[in-house]
Amino acid sequence: MPVTTSHEEPELIQLLTPEGEFKEHPDYPLDISAEEMRGLYRDLALVRRLDTEAVALQRQGELGLWASLLGQEAAQVGSGRALRPNDMAFPSYREHGVAWCRGVAPKDLLALFRGVTNGGWNPDDHGFHLYTIVIGTQALHATGYAMGIQRDGALGEDGSAVIVYFGDGATSQGDTNEAFVYAAVNNAPVVFFCQNNQWAISEPLERQSRVPLYRRAEGFGFPGVRVDGNDVLACLAVTRAALHNAREGQGPSLIEAFTYRMGAHTTSDDPTRYRMSAELEEWKAKDPLLRLHTFLTRNGLADEAFFAAVEEEAGRLGERIRTECRALPDPAPLDIFHEVYAEPHHHIDRQRAEFADYLASFEGADAEGGR
Amino acid sequence: MTTKLTIGKAINEGLRRAMEDDPKVLVMGEDVGRLGGVFRVTDGLHKDFGADRVIDTPLAESGIIGTAIGLALRGYRPVCEIQFDGFFFPATNQTFTQLAKMHQRSGGRLRLPVVLRIPYGGGIGAVEHHSESPEAYFAHTAGLRVVTVANPEDAYWMVQQAIACDDPVVFFEPKRRYWDKADVDTTRSLTSAAPMGAARIARPGQDVTLVAYGPMVKTALQAAEADTDHSVEVIDLRSLSPIDYDTVCSSVRRTGRLVVAHEAPVSSGLGAEIAARVTEECFYHLEAPVVRVGGFDTPYPPSRLEEHYLPDLDRVLDGVDRTFAF
Repeated sequence: MPVTTSHEEPELIQLLTPEGEFKEHPDYPLDISAEEMRGLYRDLALVRRLDTEAVALQRQGELGLWASLLGQEAAQVGSGRALRPNDMAFPSYREHGVAWCRGVAPKDLLALFRGVTNGGWNPDDHGFHLYTIVIGTQALHATGYAMGIQRDGALGEDGSAVIVYFGDGATSQGDTNEAFVYAAVNNAPVVFFCQNNQWAISEPLERQSRVPLYRRAEGFGFPGVRVDGNDVLACLAVTRAALHNAREGQGPSLIEAFTYRMGAHTTSDDPTRYRMSAELEEWKAKDPLLRLHTFLTRNGLADEAFFAAVEEEAGRLGERIRTECRALPDPAPLDIFHEVYAEPHHHIDRQRAEFADYLASFEGADAEGGR
Repeated sequence: MTTKLTIGKAINEGLRRAMEDDPKVLVMGEDVGRLGGVFRVTDGLHKDFGADRVIDTPLAESGIIGTAIGLALRGYRPVCEIQFDGFFFPATNQTFTQLAKMHQRSGGRLRLPVVLRIPYGGGIGAVEHHSESPEAYFAHTAGLRVVTVANPEDAYWMVQQAIACDDPVVFFEPKRRYWDKADVDTTRSLTSAAPMGAARIARPGQDVTLVAYGPMVKTALQAAEADTDHSVEVIDLRSLSPIDYDTVCSSVRRTGRLVVAHEAPVSSGLGAEIAARVTEECFYHLEAPVVRVGGFDTPYPPSRLEEHYLPDLDRVLDGVDRTFAF
């Protein structure tokens, strides 16, 4: 049976080439100062350092696991900086760069991967929901939240929009597709931000789709675009436009940020078993930091002193992360029973009391329960 | 002042009152709008509260619960109707991995006041997937509260209590009893109604405790009436998670015998849990092993066979007799 979809090369929205050349796009004019651009570079560099430190901490046994964002910094910082304070973001579990933009403390991200908590921050303080590990489920939460914004009458220039992050693998999930349906029929103010990093653990994109992912949007009845996910400026411009449209009542849209997972899926993964190193080399040339560095330097927007200062700040950040991570206190055994329910629950109270008695029966040995 | 209401109408009136009292209460599900739901439980709400508050959802159950979570995070109190028990399963992931766990995941910062209304149980001559009793799955899941009703009074008040509760509540509706009618006092305040988590002695007795819930309460009461040899105390459990063991155990300590009856399969069911707990707490008061009467460990049969599958008055009495024959 013939494939009925078009074979023409999908348009990739790009403002900054891998060589660091700026080219305007008629649909996505970018109003940005030199200072803001330096700010984006700083974000990219610090987020990369955060990630590098976290991987190292996992190797040292300080974290149980880490999901590296290496290579995806521009997709996350570009979209994250497009958000306004009263927008709401729903992440998956790799959105450390978005978390950074939303003011979530790095140690709060590490706490989750250290096994200290399953959450870690107050979503309402940051406009950044908790990490969600079951693939695709957050797309529906984001859509429902956007339906709530509609019911609050909180659209318009001063209003709110929602962005939800997921990967290429998640596009196969029922929940993601149901979210597309719910968002479409409700015209919900939600931006679906898919980081297509080409790999769902070991499965390449062709195991998920035989059409470019952004084209799926058309079938659901809303616009979809593919943006160069390693181009922080394009990600910023495209996401800004999509959030603006959502706030203005034009409904949902899908952004496919075309990028690459430079690292392993998580620290437990071994990508040498399923992909070629040549592919990695090819994407290294498209590095998101490198091209902005080149652009800023070539156009005299940043000097060596600036880059040195960023490097120094990254060093301090790394040190802070290491110290704070090691200082994270272990929860107490009875915290198992903490906040299972919002309202009083006699059965949980009873189990807590029984376990407390059990722990107390070791009195003298180690009343803290063996840690 | 009392009004005669069916269980279905009592839930409808309870929903209406909750929506009047709190503008954040939403009703959502398949066909809940203009049609008023396939059992008409949401009848008239769409007309009076509008499409923004009574939402006809796409036919996607995971989407119903998933978007309800998002609405709850935005401060709403969604009441989701799952059309039939057997149609819940596509929403299992959202319910078990997200709805139930998000409050604790957030360290108590996020509230998920979502109600899942699920018509359950058999006895209406339906096709497959329309007659099941999946309550044990929910009762096994931390973070959910599970309740069910057996009469219009509870239907009216407990649906409002479920909506007012800051935890997710699964509200099981006994579909074959939707048309049972009784007086309901609708003039009281919500706080004066019996607490949602408390079991109720539906019929006092001395010789044996018969625990039932939902659609089986009526059967249990009929069995108790029919048993001329024993004085049967019937307990309507009402809350399936958590279970009010104080009421159950104090009854068993008086009677020395316990029968648990439900439509769901007996293995790993609520009856098994109650039997284990009562054995732990009332061991020296028991005159006989706890007996379970329930559905078989088979799929729910085609409707021509359901009268054999569902525990009826005789099967319940047979269970009672077994505790005395020991």
